[in-house]
Amino acid sequence: MTSTQAVDDIVRSEYEHGFVTEIESDTFPPGLDEGVVRAISARKREPEFMTEWRLKAYRHWLTMAPPHWAAVDYPPIDFNAISYFSAPKRPEDAPKSLDEIDPALLETYEKLGIPIEEQKALAGIAVDAVFDSVSVATTFRAALAEAGVVFCSISEAVHEHPELVKAYLGSVVPHTDNFYAALNSAVFSDGTFVYVPKGVRCPMELSTYFRINARNTGQFERTLIVADEGSYVSYLEGCTAPQRDENQLHAAVVELIALKDAEIKYSTVQNWYPGDAEGRGGIYNFVTKRGDCRGARSKISWTQVETGSAITWKYPSCILRGDDSVGEFYSVAVTKGRQQADTGTKMIHLGRNTRSTIVSKGISAGEGQQTYRGLVRISQRAAGARNHTQCDSLLIGDRCAANTFPYIEVRHPSANLEHEATTSKISEDQLFYCRSRGLTAEDAVSMIVNGFCKEVFNELPMEFAVEAQKLLSISLEGAVG
Amino acid sequence: MLSVKGLRANVGENEILKGLDLEVGPGEVHAIMGPNGSGKSTLAHVLSGREGYEVTAGSVTFEGQDLLALEPEERAQRGLFLAFQYPVELPGVNNTYFLKAALNSVRKSRGEDELDAVSFLRLIKEKLKILHLDDSLLKRSVNAGFSGGEKKRNEIFQMALLEPKLAILDETDSGLDIDALRVVADGVNALRSPERSMIVVTHYQRLLDYIEPDHVHVLAKGRIIRSGGKELALELEEKGYGWVVEEERAA
Ligand SMILES: Nc1ncnc2c1ncn2[C@@H]1O[C@H](COP(=O)(O)OP(=O)(O)OP(=O)(O)O)[C@@H](O)[C@H]1O
Ligand SMILES: [Mg+2]
Repeated sequence: MTSTQAVDDIVRSEYEHGFVTEIESDTFPPGLDEGVVRAISARKREPEFMTEWRLKAYRHWLTMAPPHWAAVDYPPIDFNAISYFSAPKRPEDAPKSLDEIDPALLETYEKLGIPIEEQKALAGIAVDAVFDSVSVATTFRAALAEAGVVFCSISEAVHEHPELVKAYLGSVVPHTDNFYAALNSAVFSDGTFVYVPKGVRCPMELSTYFRINARNTGQFERTLIVADEGSYVSYLEGCTAPQRDENQLHAAVVELIALKDAEIKYSTVQNWYPGDAEGRGGIYNFVTKRGDCRGARSKISWTQVETGSAITWKYPSCILRGDDSVGEFYSVAVTKGRQQADTGTKMIHLGRNTRSTIVSKGISAGEGQQTYRGLVRISQRAAGARNHTQCDSLLIGDRCAANTFPYIEVRHPSANLEHEATTSKISEDQLFYCRSRGLTAEDAVSMIVNGFCKEVFNELPMEFAVEAQKLLSISLEGAVG
Repeated sequence: MLSVKGLRANVGENEILKGLDLEVGPGEVHAIMGPNGSGKSTLAHVLSGREGYEVTAGSVTFEGQDLLALEPEERAQRGLFLAFQYPVELPGVNNTYFLKAALNSVRKSRGEDELDAVSFLRLIKEKLKILHLDDSLLKRSVNAGFSGGEKKRNEIFQMALLEPKLAILDETDSGLDIDALRVVADGVNALRSPERSMIVVTHYQRLLDYIEPDHVHVLAKGRIIRSGGKELALELEEKGYGWVVEEERAA
């Protein structure tokens, strides 16, 4: 599971529905106004309700200012310098060969054992990929169809399941939520839609790896997953290979809805290009992810491994609305070099006997800057609510930093909250101990780091976990000595 | 096997080792005794390549090679082993995994194949028995939450597994109860062979009752000020270090 995009390339040849083949026209000139929003909607041949939905978001966005509270530092973004619609890349615009790509990136591909053609695809070079995965994807779609699971692009869903889109889109993250969510709602390019019908256990892990048309969803991606009563779905996002993108700003929105007795497991491995040694060219990843445990006894778990991006700003959250519902957040975030991350979660307890678990593992190396920000809110109605938070930071070297900001708001006397936080350093003693047993300093670091992250890796689907471990070791190479 | 000549080493501004000489032949067991703070652990650390020590003079050769030019892991791979006075905890690092990685790294540099999981497990079970250690330690993190005695036994267990050519045991006896001392000593004795040398740092004759040294040295103020046979240890036990230091000063 190394490349999401390249496989989709071939699979695309099979793809018959939707708009893909119709948007071969140009990229819009930079800038954003109502006309651009309308034009995006028109290009996608969206029904009236979507156009209106986008416009409402756009008008609201105009009244908002970019957030500045996160502990990240970057030059102001000129939103009028961004092009909000681009056709799939034409070969003449893409880098021509691997010679034009940052050698450090290529080295990482080598270490991950990614075949050369796939490397090119990941680096954004136009390729005619030849894979034998077409049959895999076909089998996959057949099995899903049989189970009645809808798994398609959000553009497709707008056309084919407008009633579901109307009912759920923006119901967890309204366009008024925050600056980037408003922007995303106005101009989102594409993304993934999943609907699991009542009582259905989705027969396999869903991953954009197998999703037709996932490539070039662009910088404003939108994901909507609805698990109907008593259903279960596990969704994997991202891939371990570092992905490049010519768009620096990424502002995605992910909405999850779990109805009565439903469960959604959402796993992410985020490895966007962090930039070169000076941090130039890295991705800004400003994401709004939120799950709504709408029904009684529903459950949503977020598991994330964040190693990429120049700047990460994201707080996958759970609204525990249904009685006895459960929210979980397991996170490993790595910042090294010049990377900055402000990440964490929010657990909003509204229903009775709701439970949440937060396990956050932050690793900083080099000059990496990392902030954990977590909110646990127990409302007046949330009798018997419980939260356990475990927040650990591991520092490698003397120039990195980690901060923890837990926010707790309790409005019910029966709430039971536990918070544990630790900060540790990989000590000289530990390194020497390992080295005196014949291990290199790098082996030692990777061993200690993997041990530190174990609780989170245990939550990942098996092969994702193996890759995440490998990825972490590679990310931290050269972090010591 | 090991030849230390005129070794001087600093920690920061302070000179700790002040011209130390030591010759260890194959199969020999050398005991090093000496007052607290005399530089015994410093010697062990310098020999195994710990950072933070500056060697200002002298040389160390190990099997004809310049030991000081090697990285700590290279020294370990070539057969040097240090049983720590204070073993270090590695929370989250599974003991079995750690042992396997260590063993395979050492085997690799000896030109041997990596052990498969089954042979590895068989091997560690066998070595555990020698040290009277419980299987359950294998599932735990390296040294984390181990009792003082368990940590020390775990060091010798690692030594049994890695089969070094030269082992330095830094106060392995301190913190052990009487039964554990016996177990550890038995474990060490089982590893004695004509090819394997040992440097045993201790404060107590008790350990040397079990592990009989070929040579005993007194380290004081950064130098070996007296060497002798095993009877020297008995004499020290009886009279303390004072007289040796006095005689040295007078000489
Ligand atoms: N990292 C360090 N920083 C400052 N001083 C140090 C350091 N390491 C060792 N020393 C000093 O060097 C001297 C020798 O220490 P060392 O640990 O080698 O003694 P030792 O003979 O092993 O003593 P003990 O019998 O108590 O274990 C001591 O005075 C100690 O304080
Ligand atoms: Mg000592």
